[in-house]
Amino acid sequence: MYRRAFRAALPATLPVMMGYLSIGIAFGLMLEAAGYNVIWAFFMSLTIYAGSGQYMGVELLRNGAALTSVAVLTLILNFRHLVYGLSMLEKFLGMGWKKLYMIFSLTDETYALLASARVPERVDPHAYYFAIAVLDHGYWILGSVIGGAAGALLQFDTTGIDFAMTALFLVIAVEQWESYPSHLPALLGCGITVAALVLLGAEAMLIPALCVIILALLLLRVRLDRQEEADGKEAV
Amino acid sequence: MSLTTGQAVASIAVMAGVTFLTRVLPFLLFGRGSQPPKAILYLGRVLPPAVIAMLIVYCLRNVQFALGPDLAALAGWAPPLLSAVAVVALHLWKHNNLLSIFGGTALYMVLVQAVFV
Repeated sequence: MYRRAFRAALPATLPVMMGYLSIGIAFGLMLEAAGYNVIWAFFMSLTIYAGSGQYMGVELLRNGAALTSVAVLTLILNFRHLVYGLSMLEKFLGMGWKKLYMIFSLTDETYALLASARVPERVDPHAYYFAIAVLDHGYWILGSVIGGAAGALLQFDTTGIDFAMTALFLVIAVEQWESYPSHLPALLGCGITVAALVLLGAEAMLIPALCVIILALLLLRVRLDRQEEADGKEAV
Repeated sequence: MSLTTGQAVASIAVMAGVTFLTRVLPFLLFGRGSQPPKAILYLGRVLPPAVIAMLIVYCLRNVQFALGPDLAALAGWAPPLLSAVAVVALHLWKHNNLLSIFGGTALYMVLVQAVFV
């Protein structure tokens, strides 16, 4: 049953393979440049399994951030997962122990594949979902291990490789800018953080900025909700 | 400040635990058909772009805006800002994640290693 499911899932996961191998390689290189070798890369990718979260993790490890900052930042960066879970409640029903793994491995890309998955005929849907999740996780681990090993073996100058994190966030921001009905949250996030940087300095800025952002978004809820509804109607 | 092995392991464990928590929470809270609070759904929609914008500013926090035509002043801000513009332009043009990320990072590495030194 699983052999067939994996064979059917493989072609569907090829785009994610390309993406995870390259982003994973960049992660492994960054981590190696920050002083953590391939074993760290393997275990981070095995246990955390979150692209932007692990990129931020490199920064947190290098700066020696306090555990509370690590927890708060990880929580906020992964807040979007709450929404993914909500739309997978029914899909994962009745998967037994595999359900726990499905929840653990619900990254942006796996979510996208599962949300749009068309299960081929004569393939068990749950086995198919599981195969997609395992394959994606495997690509991610493989990519980071290749990156970590390459960083140690090829002694090329990796100065500036950490810009990959900035680039990843910029790409996500462009995608969001083009798909979100309102640009206000992005502008707010940018403006408040710049203010926090100027007022509090680079070391203490993040958590205060985050609190003010959440507060501002809650205060603007009536306005942003109305705007979303209006845009939704125009789109129809 | 660099971490001891134990502290690094603890940081990674916290990242793994909290990441899993954000993934499992909806199943724990709403698995039995109860409706999530509207405020949570609202934050789930509007928080991601604000947080990503925040992280971009954080990534660029060490950019030094110094005036002056000499190379040292330019080196403080030209590499990150030129590379950031390149990432955005590449992405608006091709919408290819890999091209945008690797193109921008390669440009940055060339700028800091070979041009603004």
